[in-house]
Amino acid sequence: MAGTQLPNDPYNIIITGVGGQGNVMASRVLANMLVKKGFYVTIGETFGASQRGGSVMSHLRVSKKDTWSPQIPKGKAHVIVALEPTEAIRVLADYGNPDVKVVSNTRPIHPAGVIAGDLNYPAIEETKKTARGISSHAWFIDATDEALRLGNPILGNIIMLGALSGLDDLPLDKEDFREVIAESLPQNKVDINMEAFDLGRGLLKE
Amino acid sequence: MSALLDKKEGAEHLLMGNEAIARGALEAGVKVAAGYPGTPSSEIIESLAGVAKDANIYVEWSVNEKLAMEVAAAASFAELRSLCVMKQNGVNVASDFLLHLAGSGTRGGMVLVPCDDPGALSSINEGESRFFARTVEIPLLEPGDFQEAKDMTKWAFELSEELKQLIMLRSVTRLSHASGNVRFGTLPTGEAKARFRCDGFILDPDEGIVISAPVDYKHGQQHEKLKRAKEIFEDSPFNTYEGPEKPELLIITSSACTLYSREAISILGLKERVGLLKLGTTWPLPPKLLTRYLSLAEKILIVEEVLPFLEENVKVIAAETASEIGIKKFYGKNDGTIPMVGELNPDYVINAITKILEIEYLPRPEEYAAKTQGLAFFGAPQRELIFCPGCPHRASFWSIHNALELDGRKGFVCGDIGCYTMALLPTGFTTLKTVHAMGSGSGLASGFGKLGQFGLDQPVLAVCGDSTFFHTAIPALINARHHKSDFTLVVLDNSGTAMTGFQPHPGLEVNAMGDNVPDLDIAEICRSMGARVEIRDPFELEETRATLNNLMEDNEGLKVLILRQICGLSPEKKAGKKYEMAINEEICLGENCGCNRVCTRIFRCPGLVWDKEKQVTRLDEVICTGCGVCADICPAGAITRKEAV
Ligand code: SF4
Ligand code: SF4
Repeated sequence: MAGTQLPNDPYNIIITGVGGQGNVMASRVLANMLVKKGFYVTIGETFGASQRGGSVMSHLRVSKKDTWSPQIPKGKAHVIVALEPTEAIRVLADYGNPDVKVVSNTRPIHPAGVIAGDLNYPAIEETKKTARGISSHAWFIDATDEALRLGNPILGNIIMLGALSGLDDLPLDKEDFREVIAESLPQNKVDINMEAFDLGRGLLKE
Repeated sequence: MSALLDKKEGAEHLLMGNEAIARGALEAGVKVAAGYPGTPSSEIIESLAGVAKDANIYVEWSVNEKLAMEVAAAASFAELRSLCVMKQNGVNVASDFLLHLAGSGTRGGMVLVPCDDPGALSSINEGESRFFARTVEIPLLEPGDFQEAKDMTKWAFELSEELKQLIMLRSVTRLSHASGNVRFGTLPTGEAKARFRCDGFILDPDEGIVISAPVDYKHGQQHEKLKRAKEIFEDSPFNTYEGPEKPELLIITSSACTLYSREAISILGLKERVGLLKLGTTWPLPPKLLTRYLSLAEKILIVEEVLPFLEENVKVIAAETASEIGIKKFYGKNDGTIPMVGELNPDYVINAITKILEIEYLPRPEEYAAKTQGLAFFGAPQRELIFCPGCPHRASFWSIHNALELDGRKGFVCGDIGCYTMALLPTGFTTLKTVHAMGSGSGLASGFGKLGQFGLDQPVLAVCGDSTFFHTAIPALINARHHKSDFTLVVLDNSGTAMTGFQPHPGLEVNAMGDNVPDLDIAEICRSMGARVEIRDPFELEETRATLNNLMEDNEGLKVLILRQICGLSPEKKAGKKYEMAINEEICLGENCGCNRVCTRIFRCPGLVWDKEKQVTRLDEVICTGCGVCADICPAGAITRKEAV
């Protein structure tokens, strides 16, 4: 586990996905864990209309010293967590740089245009190749499939957070995670979330 | 208990800007808060409603913004502190009362919080509430970060009491919906007693009658208050300067743009060359402070969103003091350095600074940028906005669309504001042909419905949601009925204000604070006006379509079809699927079925996925909510439903 040092200050995280996937929840849990470690965290996110099937992003700025802009400048992400694989590409196009790391779910959500047959959805192998070509590392994890195995697809987000903790760039403590989710979830849900977090961490380390 | 009521002074929490505003109001001892839901403002009232019982305050979702302001003003007149909250265009709705309230003045501290939505992230306008502060002549504050959102809100109540005037505190999406660390102050103890003193000398601000007349006297008073506000603002800690003593360029900014500007200066490494004057008190501007800082630099860049409000006001001061501060070169919206349309971000400010100071900036290596060219297009298919899986609106517009086609007289639908506004898009079969303000669908239909005299022979329809019905559709219906206008209103009743997160409205038995309250029946209200009223379940596609055709054929007068089905995202719906769905790949004929692949090409529920390889439609069991509707769409009977256990 890294100490409370940040590899960069501010350290810029983008969590991306499709409206309805639980972006906001994931960013809140992550931010609260970091606030517990004494950091300033700023989150900027999309609500409202774009929550209806659109692409959504949460920008997290983690700093020892200050509150930062809720929008990360273009090209300045340090890590991108994608709950949907093509969203990783969309975000890389704007916020990527040669040093960025990517942790992505593999489960696609087809846009209406793809379902209708008007647009093409790239094969996952193609997406992986693209992501690897424009990042320093890109990990792809079957988070939704694993979550379904645990009994609830929404746990995919927690698996992704667990995976992010596996990078060891941020002091993401398992106990902080337990405390944060215990504040918002009923007690009987905590264990399964802990399991999902561990699972994600393990998947990244594989 | 909610973090919002944390009693520990100095406690630090991660709060959304809206929650920070709510906490500030609590620290100020607010007693009454009222608002109408609208992104990005809704969480302020929601958070206060959530702690209303513990904090012993009264919180309501009013029927519309004008009422919210009136309800809050009544509390102020009775010497309580009160808050009213709305999104930017809500201020338009409330503005008639606002003008008069600004004239009459207030008693208990009263704060109006409009949340603007630069870039229209969740609006169909880029309305600007700051100009209202200038137009009705009340002081305006703009917090620059989350801590200020709390601190400034608290101070706004004190200022309001000192001036006996309403204070506007304006937020924007990127503050309201962003989150950051906030250090708490103390929560007040002690009770406040409401009393309305109105028997004193009529001009007495504390005991007289409350009115904006005699106008010359009250208007004069208002100007005295503004003068006093200017003096107070000269020394406000919410106006800060960071930068060198003699900057080459002075940036003047406010609100979320403060964070963008600071970031831009930091990224470009220009802390020694560029100064940042961040203003928290933006109307009336404190002239001495402005003159002092304008003297520092020759080049002035004004960074703000929506209209050039700050820019114009700063230029007035610069013109008035030109002999003292010299001639300045101004950059901002008027000369195109800052875009006139859309929201800002650090990159826009970086662009502006590099242009003015003629410096180079490359956010990432050129070869990397080249590799990402076109990626957003080819590597990530566009996501258009769609109704949620299982959304009743998809079913409703399916039937409305089909009824109009069948009717064949080129009937059209006037739209309104809510999730269902998306029926302009393919997800609602491009059914809506006009969309304006809340309630305007019914208002426009009332007008179209009178054009038969001039040969308009197309059936006229309007839609509105249940919350919109109460907000402003009712006067339009009264107008239509009284003037014998012919149209059909479809009320899409999904039992809540779905777009903004299920806030209750007068049609429900519960209020913001969770109390049991009388519900008003939409059908009965319409019947009492003399409208012909039908009620259907939009998930019964054929019945809905047939009813609508029947109503359209009835050419006379006002007709109302209420389509009742709870929102797909409601907690109730999320609890479990009604149906287990299955698609029989043997029966699904895909492109060959003659149905033009209606399920995935046209109906487009995201629960249905087109399997390109197998050339059949598949079900995505993670996304499907089991509403069962698509079983009735498939003419081949490939999609089946079974009651879930
Ligand atoms: S409508 Fe029915 S038969 Fe036609 S493609 Fe869709 S599922 Fe297959
Ligand atoms: S049952 Fe059909 S229409 Fe309803 S959510 Fe599932 S896929 Fe969509």
